[in-house]
Amino acid sequence: MQPDHHEIELTVNGTRYRRTVESRLLLSDFLRHELGLAGTHVGCEHGVCGACTILLDGDPVRSCLMLAVQANGHALATVEGLAPASGELHPVQQAMHAHHGLQCGYCTPGILMTMTAYLNEHPSPSEDEVREALSGNLCRCTGYQNIVDAMMDAAARMREEAP
Amino acid sequence: MKPAPFKYVLASSLDHALALKAEHGDEARFLAGGQSLIPAMNFRLARPSVLIDINALTRLSGIDRPEAGQVRVGALTRYRALERDGEFLRSCPLFADALPHIAHPQVRNRGTIGGNLSHADPASELPALAIAMQARMRIRSAAGERTVAASDFFAGLLTTDLASDEMLVDITYPVLAPRSGACFMEIARRRGDFAIAGVAAVVTLDEERRCASVRLALCGVGETPVDAGAAALPMIGSRLTGDAVEAVAAGVRDLIAPSGNVHASPDYQRHVAGVLVQRAIRTAHQRISHAA
Ligand SMILES: Cc1cc2nc3c(=O)[nH]c(=O)nc-3n(C[C@H](O)[C@H](O)[C@H](O)COP(=O)(O)OP(=O)(O)OC[C@H]3O[C@@H](n4cnc5c(N)ncnc54)[C@H](O)[C@@H]3O)c2cc1C
Ligand code: FES
Ligand code: FES
Repeated sequence: MQPDHHEIELTVNGTRYRRTVESRLLLSDFLRHELGLAGTHVGCEHGVCGACTILLDGDPVRSCLMLAVQANGHALATVEGLAPASGELHPVQQAMHAHHGLQCGYCTPGILMTMTAYLNEHPSPSEDEVREALSGNLCRCTGYQNIVDAMMDAAARMREEAP
Repeated sequence: MKPAPFKYVLASSLDHALALKAEHGDEARFLAGGQSLIPAMNFRLARPSVLIDINALTRLSGIDRPEAGQVRVGALTRYRALERDGEFLRSCPLFADALPHIAHPQVRNRGTIGGNLSHADPASELPALAIAMQARMRIRSAAGERTVAASDFFAGLLTTDLASDEMLVDITYPVLAPRSGACFMEIARRRGDFAIAGVAAVVTLDEERRCASVRLALCGVGETPVDAGAAALPMIGSRLTGDAVEAVAAGVRDLIAPSGNVHASPDYQRHVAGVLVQRAIRTAHQRISHAA
């Protein structure tokens, strides 16, 4: 079969990109290999692990379960765009750092993207609700407790910072 | 590249999508939420040569009320939209119980009701809901339109009544009747996994608070969702007692033939199904008393 190519235009972390992609290129591979945004990790490529979670028009989705061509016209956010400026951290990142919420770090970008979106929408979650919100992201290192602690702290920090 | 090569077409209208499907038949697949199809393509279990992306067909998504007592859900409506529609969840309360069991929020942000039902995974919650609620599916092709009852829609493992040129366009659910209560419950090995067994129950009482009807459907215990309404027939016309509910559970255990999987033996699935049937009927019943 002839390779099937499409021209796409999208924004990632506020930057506009225009590229030609083969239709079977996954969005996760597009971000990593075409745009060099390797902060989006790839674990299972069937939607189970959550490492590849990004925001599509503000909502967390699995980038391994979308084609790059489907992102045409959309605004994406990846972990690279989370910190407000170089040398600074987003409150969720700060809290993960302070609470030792990561070990190998493989799951971390997906958790950060899932949880920043969640905490923006739910500023005062209970611990149970945080666990439920984390249920789509696997971590093989931490045992989750430190991540949960970090998220409770991050929620408090974000509430303080909110106008 | 994970998926095998294919030609991608973004459908610009329903007619466009249906014309492409008529032209390419089984070689082509509609791409809705992609949350079952893309994993299958990543593993090369599915190798469609044409992918018809229906995500731009916004008229296929949304909830409306064609007539009093009915709710119609467009095939492209995402789980996320259903989860956040309080009025829909009140009219069709089985969805309020079932949706949180479907995968994880990130998957629910993309997955669609039409993709779910067309995929027809017997372990999925929504085919069982369609059976319990006696939903009706509206199906279109370039040649015309037809409507099929949920009981005739699920034909076998991952197989539906849809022909190779057809699309599921919307699903109509009756709203919960007066003096009725509903409950969906399931057991899965991990949160968000497919169910080892799941039960949807809808109990309706008559004016003397005797059972007027009991709808019962199960997921995860057969090649299709299982309509277990027959096991509840002895309860009709009498008051709901503990013994009667236990007898229904025993009837359901006899009725189903689960095949077992890595997480559960057939006996365990049968046991869990029986326990869930009792709990779901009792909870559905309690919910009526609370409302009335
Ligand atoms: C990690 C993970 C966990 C999951 N857990 C669950 C779970 O617990 N319960 C559950 O129910 N599901 C689960 N799913 C599957 C999920 O619910 C899918 O969204 C759903 O099965 C398919 O819907 P979709 O819109 O994503 O369809 P797609 O993947 O786009 O399509 C599925 C199939 O249906 C066809 N199709 C799509 N729309 C139509 C239409 N309108 N007419 C005709 N054919 C159509 C496609 O061609 C394809 O063959 C899980 C998925 C993942 C990745
Ligand atoms: S790589 Fe996408 S969910 Fe695992
Ligand atoms: S820190 Fe290693 S997987 Fe989470």
